[in-house]
Amino acid sequence: MGKTLQNRQENKLRYLPAIIALSVLYIVLLLLDNVLPANTFTLMLIPVLRKGAIYSLVCVSMNLLNGFTGLFSLGQAGFMLIGAYVYAIFSIPADQHAAVYQYFEGGAIQFSIPEMLGNVLGTNAGNFLGAIICIIIAGAVAAVFAALIGIPVLRLKSDYLAIATLGFAEILRAVFQWNGLGAITNGSNLLRKYTTFTDMNLQLGSITIKLHSLFPFLIAMLSILFIVLLINSTYGRAFKAIRDDEVAAEAMGINLFRHKMYAFIVSSFFAGVGGALLAMFQTTIQAAAFKTAMTYEILLMVVIGGIGSVSGSCIAAFLYIACSEWWLRFLDSGSFLGITVPFFRDGFRKVVFSVIIMVIVLFFSRGIMGDKELSFRGLISKLQKKSKKKEEADNG
Amino acid sequence: MSAFLEANLPYILAGISVGGQYALIAIGYTMVYGILRLINFAHGDVFMVAGLVMVYTTASLPIYISIPIVLVATVILGLLIERVAYKPLRTAPRMSVMISAIGVSYLLQNCALYFTGGLPQIYPEIPFLSESITILGATTKWVTVITPFLTIILVVLLVLLINHTKIGMAMRAVSKDFETSQLMGIRINSVISVTFAIGCFLAAVGSLLYFSNYTSVIPTSGAMPGLKAFVAAVFGGIGSIPGAVIGAFIIGICENIIKGIGWTTFSDAFTFVLLIVILLVKPTGIFGEKTTDKV
Repeated sequence: MGKTLQNRQENKLRYLPAIIALSVLYIVLLLLDNVLPANTFTLMLIPVLRKGAIYSLVCVSMNLLNGFTGLFSLGQAGFMLIGAYVYAIFSIPADQHAAVYQYFEGGAIQFSIPEMLGNVLGTNAGNFLGAIICIIIAGAVAAVFAALIGIPVLRLKSDYLAIATLGFAEILRAVFQWNGLGAITNGSNLLRKYTTFTDMNLQLGSITIKLHSLFPFLIAMLSILFIVLLINSTYGRAFKAIRDDEVAAEAMGINLFRHKMYAFIVSSFFAGVGGALLAMFQTTIQAAAFKTAMTYEILLMVVIGGIGSVSGSCIAAFLYIACSEWWLRFLDSGSFLGITVPFFRDGFRKVVFSVIIMVIVLFFSRGIMGDKELSFRGLISKLQKKSKKKEEADNG
Repeated sequence: MSAFLEANLPYILAGISVGGQYALIAIGYTMVYGILRLINFAHGDVFMVAGLVMVYTTASLPIYISIPIVLVATVILGLLIERVAYKPLRTAPRMSVMISAIGVSYLLQNCALYFTGGLPQIYPEIPFLSESITILGATTKWVTVITPFLTIILVVLLVLLINHTKIGMAMRAVSKDFETSQLMGIRINSVISVTFAIGCFLAAVGSLLYFSNYTSVIPTSGAMPGLKAFVAAVFGGIGSIPGAVIGAFIIGICENIIKGIGWTTFSDAFTFVLLIVILLVKPTGIFGEKTTDKV
């Protein structure tokens, strides 16, 4: 009796460090947006953080399929495309339609959800709630497409599944660029003027608090939390069983097709959410950008983080974005610490980067985290072990 | 019917020619898949690199020297990729090898981006191939006419090699059963190297023909033809060379007819629709052998 009580208390304490870390992160983000001055450092840091949050969500959603269910799917860019477009279409203000859809007579959809809510609740609250509703719709549409695509595709195995999902992503890209749907998708032209991160403000009386960076983190965190809970549920166990051995899983009474479908739909939903966030981040979107190369990049992030590790995916996403957009910039600029190197020119950063990726793929195929998760308890016990060993060594 | 043919003759001719070029790439995919069970995602990029090598060598060397250099360089590149990126993962799960292939593709594209500085590289005019010719009222380049014949000649030679030589027999054995053939004393590694060499040689020939039809090479210009050639290989039954060739011609012709009737946006998407249909209706392709999974 006493033991279970202690366990319960321990379980409550278990999440304390994570909660503290997150609160600190959120306070830092709020400070970044509202108080800290805009200098070269924060101007680099803020986009990296925002994009990192978005990509960690997309990576985790891909990891749910590739790492936890063992379905090698390469359709992520396609579902992000759906999410981004659906989000943008529903949040372009009504009076901007004529400008955005200039080649399609103002387009077919003549309303904007954030604006409609804004008329009732005030601009800031309307933008915030409207964006969230649009993001959910974006995810839902991606999920519906996944359900439709999943029926034929999920019957395929390993590499055939990979190439078929990749094919579907390419088909989606072509459909969204088609002029026949131009009244909705604006053909191959840009979508712009929709609600973005800079519209996310909190109005408290006369004070406006900017939530520009907090918003993507909030959405990404809630989504990742949902995926983690799913992975730890009975469904998650079924997914892992399918990954480890399909035949054995089926023999244990797991409905293979249905569980694969669940994983596919949930993963696509969050890819759609990620796409919507990416649209908000970029402020303009175009179907042509959602190429197969984008899926490859996400896959490589997942591999770097460790296939089958949620925290690994998040770490890798932030590292990848920070390296490619910030830390390795000097490789492109032509000089390093004042020394001019002739072969440091545009594109060298990407070469170095892909070599690093190949090294990871070939020699550290387990990635940063393998299939383990980052936990404070694990860290502490590791440190304790190390110090114990050290003590023993000192004593001996 | 004849009116349709007359109106679409340029497209059909272009289709046959592109089909032949896809066929040359598709053989590389289908042979590697037959032996290693690996979709070599980097194959399309090897094809692109062959195009770039041609651009750079013709800048300083005459064309009759640069063509052999392109062929040799591409084969060396293919062997190098196999050695460095695939050989260490021979016992690893299939997913790791596929990821490695994707990594190589990413590396090749980024290297190409670095060397070209992101600018489209103008493909040199190859004498004779790039000259114009008029067939039944349709003006086209000589390469369009030559491609299908050259493709068929190369395929016949390849089939002869596979059916009548010792190394061909070894290849067939390895693709039937990897482990048993190893036990029978076949040098797996040399068989795999020969397979990559043949695949890359054909891709290099394909790139000479393919890029003669276009004005320039960019780092991503290998990706789409690569994927299409893979679809052709699946369509024909992966592992089967005649299947890949027929699939490639069908895809090339259909794609160009779709362009001809004004649906250019969907010409790429069509290939993937075809892929999904074939995977659902007959996953083994037209000439593929049926395989059964054993527990």
